[in-house]
Amino acid sequence: MSICNRTAIVGLGSTPYYKRGQSLPQTLPELVCKAIIAAVDDAGLRLEDVDGFAYYSEGFDTPYLMETLGIPEVTFTATLTGSGGGSAGAVGLASAAIVSGQARTVVVVGGTQMAEQRFGSIVSAYPDTPENAFFSSSGLVGPGHMFALLARRYMHRYGATREHFAEVALSTRANAVRNPNAVIRKPMTRDDYFNAPMIADPLCLFDFCLETDGAVAVVVTSLERARDLRRDPVRILACSQGGGRDWGRSLYWMNMEDDVFVSSGHRPVAKRLYEMAGVTPADIDCAQIYDHFTPMVLAQLEDYGFCAPGEGGPFVASGAIRYEGGSLPVNTDGGQLSAGYIWGMSHVREAVEQIRGTAVNQVKDAELVLVTGGPSSLPVSGLILARD
Amino acid sequence: MSGNPNSAAIAKAPPTGLFRLTTDQWTKPFWDAAREHRLVGAACADCGRFRMPPTPFCPHCRSQRIDWRELSGRGILYSYTIVARAIMPEMVDSIPYVPALVNLPDAPGTRLITNVVGSPLGRLRIGAPLRVTWLDTDDGVTIPMFTLEDNE
Repeated sequence: MSICNRTAIVGLGSTPYYKRGQSLPQTLPELVCKAIIAAVDDAGLRLEDVDGFAYYSEGFDTPYLMETLGIPEVTFTATLTGSGGGSAGAVGLASAAIVSGQARTVVVVGGTQMAEQRFGSIVSAYPDTPENAFFSSSGLVGPGHMFALLARRYMHRYGATREHFAEVALSTRANAVRNPNAVIRKPMTRDDYFNAPMIADPLCLFDFCLETDGAVAVVVTSLERARDLRRDPVRILACSQGGGRDWGRSLYWMNMEDDVFVSSGHRPVAKRLYEMAGVTPADIDCAQIYDHFTPMVLAQLEDYGFCAPGEGGPFVASGAIRYEGGSLPVNTDGGQLSAGYIWGMSHVREAVEQIRGTAVNQVKDAELVLVTGGPSSLPVSGLILARD
Repeated sequence: MSGNPNSAAIAKAPPTGLFRLTTDQWTKPFWDAAREHRLVGAACADCGRFRMPPTPFCPHCRSQRIDWRELSGRGILYSYTIVARAIMPEMVDSIPYVPALVNLPDAPGTRLITNVVGSPLGRLRIGAPLRVTWLDTDDGVTIPMFTLEDNE
């Protein structure tokens, strides 16, 4: 039994996106509750209707949300393993609960608050374990240091350049400039990019996503029921998660073979996603690609079949991912690089806006939107939303 | 480019104050050997294939028998980054340092997440031959690192 076309997103809620720590004195669970209240209200439902939760990140839990929001009973509560790699996949987890009859109204929510621990140095805060000892002795303090190792090999293998990374940063910022919800709306020039400090060579400041606070929630229910609710349903066409052993712990052990090392780990997930959806990359109208680091956008464009392996750089250099004139507008809200980093949930939000036709940078007649979660250690995930 | 150190600058050791070694029965032999300045790799005692890190099962034949083989200490630079900006106070005295991925040719298929130290930044090249060197820390832990074979 497939989840294809059986469920829909019927409600969307979000807090503002805040610069790191600026959401205080609100708490993270409070931000999450605000997103849930907004999403349920948007759906025209009551909090009493919620009977399921699907997560991929930490910082809050179901009994807290039930007690705080007055949700009487849940029949499904589950977290996708991993972290940001599961952001798109958590929507599929909700679909699976509904299609299998385990719940009727499932909230998918994610949130971040970096007041105590910034993500930029989060690797240094990981527990000391025998497994972690094999990377933590080397001064890989933050995710950016790890992804820099992937980026340099990618450049070496394919001839990609910093010009290509810059195009991802610049095109994404151009989208954020027009988005009143974006944290950074200052236009960026090519000179700005190349004058930025190198954080982990070859990655400069603008190759990194933002460090922000906020929460985003969506409400998922059956497609049949969705058609009777207030908002036009955003159909969940397909969702897949997981990945291959050859990607595995990826950036934590860095032992992938060369062909996989220079990918994003998404290839098997992308293949299953398109099979489930019955569509091809050419059918996708715009894509919300997990953009924690610019080179990983290139690798995902390749893994999702928008161009051949190694062609991500020339593909973006052609203007393909630009909102204006691009064949595949990418991260139309300004992405995690410029709008807000909510562990991938901002991408789900933007995909819903695009399907509803309410996006700030609306892609004309957008009918199919791709969302990705990851790359990180497995699972990674992909989601295709469709206009009903 | 701002933030970029001089290419003649020498790669320092990373901020090891952030590292606290913990081991289990599977990983301890690697670190015990390191303390004796011996680089070893885990080979499956049944099918002979190497794996690093040393997990409790061979992923190919699921054997739990490990044959720890002493390696030559030679490595090939697979990828690296130059960290020239301190994002934590503990990093200030260590920059620039060079986290690196090093393939171990005499333990085929294995790669260490380590550092290149004591080498000019401008001479770093993917594919460069490296040789192991040892960083003895104040708390009795020794960490394998690498230096360029051709440092001149």
